[in-house]
Amino acid sequence: MAKRKKIYLDYAATTPLDPRVLEAMIPYLSEKFGNSSSLHTFGQEAKEALEQSRMVIAGFIGAKPQEIVFTSSATESNNLALKGVAFANKRKGRHIIISSIEHPCIMESANWLETQGFKITRLKVDKYGLVDPEELKRAIKKDTILVSIMHANNEIGTIEPIEEIGKICKERGVLFHTDAVQTFGKLPIDVNRMNIDLLTASSHKMYGPKGAALLFVRERVKIEPLLHGGGHEFGLRSSTVNVPAIVGFAKAAEICHKEMEKERKRLTKLRDKLIKGVLEKIENSRLNGHPIKRLPNNAHFSFDFVEGESIVIHLDLLGIAASTGSACSSEKLKASHVLLAIGLKPHQAHGSLRLTLGRWTKEKEIDYLLEVLPGVIKKLRKISPFKIRS
Amino acid sequence: MPEKISLYTKKVIEHFQNPHNMGKIKKADGVGKVGNIVCGDVMWLYIKVGKNKRGEEIIKDVKFETFGCVAAVATSSVITDLIKGKTLQEALDFDRQKIVEELGGLPPIKIHCSLLATDALWEAIYDYLTKKKREIPEKLKKAHQRIEKEKKEIEKRYKKWVLLEEKIKK
Repeated sequence: MAKRKKIYLDYAATTPLDPRVLEAMIPYLSEKFGNSSSLHTFGQEAKEALEQSRMVIAGFIGAKPQEIVFTSSATESNNLALKGVAFANKRKGRHIIISSIEHPCIMESANWLETQGFKITRLKVDKYGLVDPEELKRAIKKDTILVSIMHANNEIGTIEPIEEIGKICKERGVLFHTDAVQTFGKLPIDVNRMNIDLLTASSHKMYGPKGAALLFVRERVKIEPLLHGGGHEFGLRSSTVNVPAIVGFAKAAEICHKEMEKERKRLTKLRDKLIKGVLEKIENSRLNGHPIKRLPNNAHFSFDFVEGESIVIHLDLLGIAASTGSACSSEKLKASHVLLAIGLKPHQAHGSLRLTLGRWTKEKEIDYLLEVLPGVIKKLRKISPFKIRS
Repeated sequence: MPEKISLYTKKVIEHFQNPHNMGKIKKADGVGKVGNIVCGDVMWLYIKVGKNKRGEEIIKDVKFETFGCVAAVATSSVITDLIKGKTLQEALDFDRQKIVEELGGLPPIKIHCSLLATDALWEAIYDYLTKKKREIPEKLKKAHQRIEKEKKEIEKRYKKWVLLEEKIKK
């Protein structure tokens, strides 16, 4: 078999490092190695880079530099947001509201808080994965301290009405956190206009390095740290700061910000071509998530009578990297909670395929996918005991 | 270590890409249907029974249909290879470990797929003997009872899940 170029369509999982980002990082991986807490020149050089990065990133979302707390991962940021706010505000109340399609690090943090005496409401979503703001209004009680609803879903790509949600939270005097991992750098975010009190973003989803993320914490929001120690990051995240990764994160954010509009238009066009092509070429297939209110780079499908891991491995053998929400692909052998929440039956969730595009996705790659995917599905349906009744 | 492609051995991928004995046997002598679509793996195994020169009953032909992951497809394919032409007694004594060995190993989380394949084989033989109104060996009876019990448990769990789902949607 001729070796063909690999096609990466799993940008929602992680992204390659932009060469411009790598270039910005290299000095901080070599000669500018100082600890940002040290007093000497080495340390101050690192400190300056750290604060410069903080300022750049804060500017993109309308935040103040001192409101940006750097962490190691979005999982850490989300844990800090939920647990930190819960424990700092428990005298005010013990009720927290999330949606039923949050990332596992929110779902599991909430589950754990439940064991610590907090009450969790998990808002239902409609068949597109949208949270209903009216339902949120009804769910907010006197003792509600925090609402955490993601900006866009990582699996099905649905964009939640966070501006409306932010407004409701402000009116009711409840803190609002949003997990913006999938939107930061892709869609414009203004924490003031959107009334966001806490926000999570991650570097490796936007062509920056792994190991850097942030939690925006609005001034005067009460929050407890998870990590205690030397008092780094305004006392909210002790640990020697990962300066090279954060410098990369800031550079990545700068590039995304500069290219956002152009890239959004380009990806939306490719995405729509992909969606149209798949639905036309493959019978008994459906698009999951909202047709319009969705991430510019996300396409998510279900195919009846086939299993997702089998699709992904077939595509991998053809040189295409994709992802699935099938139970067979998960350690717990459970179908994706997001797909079940939007009303898919477990067997439909098994036959799911997520394709996420990015900076280096070319139209000819989409064409190649559209050329080979129908054959893969047909082959797997031939093996399956369940047949399409036509 | 056998050569690996993604999380599977080359042998697994070979069977997955070109499964042996795939399809349905019309007028099969026995059919074993195992697994559950809720959990993700469903295998249907068809057998045709004949006799060898010594007059012993053998599995003359075997085919499968599978809905499931790579491991499920590969184990289905491999078991058909391993039991074709074997006597019913040999099939009953079939060592489950052989499937995993033949494939050069499976990820631990996928071992259950190989168990499912053997269950499908035993259920097919059970079905054949039942249809022929023949006596069922004790070992096979026990396997059948266990499979039925597991099936019921899954159905029960699924029913709860469906009810829960309906409740959530209201």
